Amino acid sequence: MTTQSGARSAGLDPAAARAVLDGPAVDRALTRIAHEILERTGGAEDAVLLGIPTRGAVLGRRLGELISRFEGHAVPVGSLDVTMYRDDLRLKPARPLRRTEIPTGGVDGRLVILVDDVLFSGRTVRAALDALGDLGRPRAIQLAVLVDRGHRQLPIRADYVGKNLPTSMREAVEVHLSETDGRDCVLLGIKAGA
Amino acid sequence: MAKRHLLSTADLTVDDANLILDTAQELASVAGRAIKKLPTLRGRTVVNLFFEDSTRTRISFETAAKRLSADVINFSAKGSSVSKGESLKDTALTLEAMGADAVVVRHWASGGAHRLANAGWIRSSVVNAGDGTHEHPTQALLDAFTLRQRLGSVAGRHVAIVGDVLHSRVARSNVHLLATLGAEVTLVAPPTLLPLGVEHWPCASSYELDPILPKCDAVMMLRVQRERMNQAFFPTEREYSRRYGLQAARMALLPQHAVVMHPGPMNRGLEISAEVADSVRSTVTEQVANGVSVRMAVLYLLLGGAESAIGNDEEGSAR
Amino acid sequence: MSGTSYVIKGARVLGEESRDLYVSDGAFAEAAPRGAKVIDADGCIALPGLVDLHTHLREPGREDAETVLTGTRAAAAGGFTAVHAMANTDPVADTAGVVEQVWRLGREAGYCDVRPVGAVTAGLKGERLAELGAMADSAARVRVFSDDGHCVSDAALMRRALEYVKAFGGVVAQHAQEPRLTEGAQMNEGELSGVLGLQGWPAVAEEAIIARDVLLAAHTGSKLHVCHLSTAGSVEIVRWAKSRGYPVTAEVTPHHLLLTEDLIRGYDPVYKVNPPLRSAADVEAVRAGLADGTIDAVATDHAPHPVEAKDCEWAVAAMGMVGLETALSVVQRTMVETGLLDWAGVADRMSARPARIGSVTGQGRSVATGEPANLVLIDPAAARVIEPGALYSLSHNTPYAGMKLPGAVVVTLLHGSATVLDGRVVER
Repeated sequence: MTTQSGARSAGLDPAAARAVLDGPAVDRALTRIAHEILERTGGAEDAVLLGIPTRGAVLGRRLGELISRFEGHAVPVGSLDVTMYRDDLRLKPARPLRRTEIPTGGVDGRLVILVDDVLFSGRTVRAALDALGDLGRPRAIQLAVLVDRGHRQLPIRADYVGKNLPTSMREAVEVHLSETDGRDCVLLGIKAGA
Repeated sequence: MAKRHLLSTADLTVDDANLILDTAQELASVAGRAIKKLPTLRGRTVVNLFFEDSTRTRISFETAAKRLSADVINFSAKGSSVSKGESLKDTALTLEAMGADAVVVRHWASGGAHRLANAGWIRSSVVNAGDGTHEHPTQALLDAFTLRQRLGSVAGRHVAIVGDVLHSRVARSNVHLLATLGAEVTLVAPPTLLPLGVEHWPCASSYELDPILPKCDAVMMLRVQRERMNQAFFPTEREYSRRYGLQAARMALLPQHAVVMHPGPMNRGLEISAEVADSVRSTVTEQVANGVSVRMAVLYLLLGGAESAIGNDEEGSAR
Repeated sequence: MSGTSYVIKGARVLGEESRDLYVSDGAFAEAAPRGAKVIDADGCIALPGLVDLHTHLREPGREDAETVLTGTRAAAAGGFTAVHAMANTDPVADTAGVVEQVWRLGREAGYCDVRPVGAVTAGLKGERLAELGAMADSAARVRVFSDDGHCVSDAALMRRALEYVKAFGGVVAQHAQEPRLTEGAQMNEGELSGVLGLQGWPAVAEEAIIARDVLLAAHTGSKLHVCHLSTAGSVEIVRWAKSRGYPVTAEVTPHHLLLTEDLIRGYDPVYKVNPPLRSAADVEAVRAGLADGTIDAVATDHAPHPVEAKDCEWAVAAMGMVGLETALSVVQRTMVETGLLDWAGVADRMSARPARIGSVTGQGRSVATGEPANLVLIDPAAARVIEPGALYSLSHNTPYAGMKLPGAVVVTLLHGSATVLDGRVVER
């Protein structure tokens, strides 16, 4: 029962990894997403940002800060751990849970924007939709991701994408953020042992 | 190798214990939601196998399992083949045939849960819900959870455990767990109710309560069985209550922040006065609520994954 | 039965220089009889046939656990030529009828001299004396009386029993267990019992009874035998009693010579036994007591139980373990390999003295011309991993399963006739 400090790290063979986004590029992508959110939601009046831990939650906080800077009002930001709703629980040892923090005011009748670092199979988002359903009834749910690497296994798409990144199944994508990993970047490489 | 069972708090490392408590912390929020249910253990079967009456513990485990969407089968000694002389082994084989994924077992015999887990009768996980006068690990976990909630931390805190330590599974489990979590424990009891060799336990002991109280962050009062009196463990209820019971006057010796705990059911007027039991220091009702969260955490960590999370380093995976 | 003659070539009698032994007409002979079968005993130790003072053969009543036949076959396999069958059968061996039945079954089986032990009190109830004289006068000629499994805790009753058996040279073998101090007791009382939450069985419960009984033996001038003593304190009391010249003897079981309470940590009832496994210090003390002769005999307390009596929770499991087929190996491991006893000492503690205590004629004698040919040949260099399923005993509740123990019985002769040859029990 060892708690993970940083989620999904150490999966990449460091020698074979290359940065596809550097720090400034990550900043630019987030800024663009924040503007798109404001544009598409008409000022994000009833929006709630829910990041999926670990890095999705960090990205959600950053997006919240950007939006309040651009628009002058704060957007409620929280986190939604989807571990208990995952469909692959029985393939791995039970995982430690991350924080779920629903902002006061809840999600009922609001526009919930889920935030995650990488969109891949879509299974995490599916779990998040189930988790949200147990928490209340949002008016609508949207999805923002920093990287969409393709290979969807479910009929799910993102509303806001920082970077579309074509990958092969042998490859792995890792998002590093200064809050959790010391610096901002997105790495693409070969899975260790693959 | 993963530990599939929770039999004793002595088996838990500090990381194990903290993972259970952290997980319980997250799961506690489920109690406050409109839909108090998670889909995690859908399709899994949890059997509550109770060879001894304990409605409180059984309901707590049952609630925990149901909040995780597990199917729950209650199998109690009363009105079943267990009371008709069916052996633990045959009962275990029946449960195995029914496809139990976890067996939560309360047994009147010390080591009952160990036997069920290790005799080779079943493959399911075994959770010890109290075995004789040996251990009651989930009670200790919920006590630690309550301490953490009330005091912020367990490490470095001083906890007195008062009463019939000799016959108390709650005391044994708490001594191991609190020591693992870095608390300082003092057992307080008359010499007749302290086990032989207690000086080798990871705690201190005392025959007197009053000198201990001023340095306590928490006092845990143990239930005293009235029949112990007839076995000459103490002379009368009155004398026991006077020397080891917690009344308002004695509670005043505690520091302001200190809490009073009791695993329940309480003997009001014997080990704890009504005034103390109902005071703001008392955590008795929180302990009950926390019991569900902690038991959810244990069931999730034992059954939620491909194998138990206890004792495992999770492998990271890039995606 | 005594028809076969043997030449045993190169046996080391009591571990001494190897020589040839001759057996004819049930006794050791001066020279090789014509047509004698040759047994190659090169490297083997020869001891007089072993005598067990404490065996539960379970018949009559619990033939699902053991019978006189299966138990004596196990005994022969372990090198024994005489066993004392304990009285706690169903019905209890408290009448001439029952002891004669057991004695006769032993004779019919032909694997050991079976010496029935008579109950001290009727029905082992500890209330009134059984008909000790009738049992003594019966065909079984009972000399050892014991309520084993129960303690004769009533001091007045114990005194009378000791006095009464003087009439026929009997001995009272006491199961020393103060009943009030051991109500509900599950294991040795100590640090571990506290940790495991198993009710403690204090050493004082054994020692208090032994202390009282040695004083009663002195007072009555009658023979007391202390069954399966297990604590350092018990050894001290017996040593003191002997130093005063009191008529006291004592036995220790193989398991108390080797095993400690630490084995109980996993709650496996195969380790549940009465008296309980004790501490390492107690093991040291009983070994020392056996070495210096304070403890007279090794007695197996062979206690067979059916599977269901052990395949259960600790608290409801039966007490006891089988021991006939492993006793000699355990003694070799704990006493010979440690240098505490030589083979002559083993013969003394496992044959001569128990035969004397039990007044067993024709057993426990020396390996010399004219003496009855009761003999065991041991290969001391052999080593075997104990497999419960391979035991001759009907029950398999051995605490040594999977353990590697030294020594193997190669041949056992009972009154000149082989009960074990090539390490296998001879079929009859």
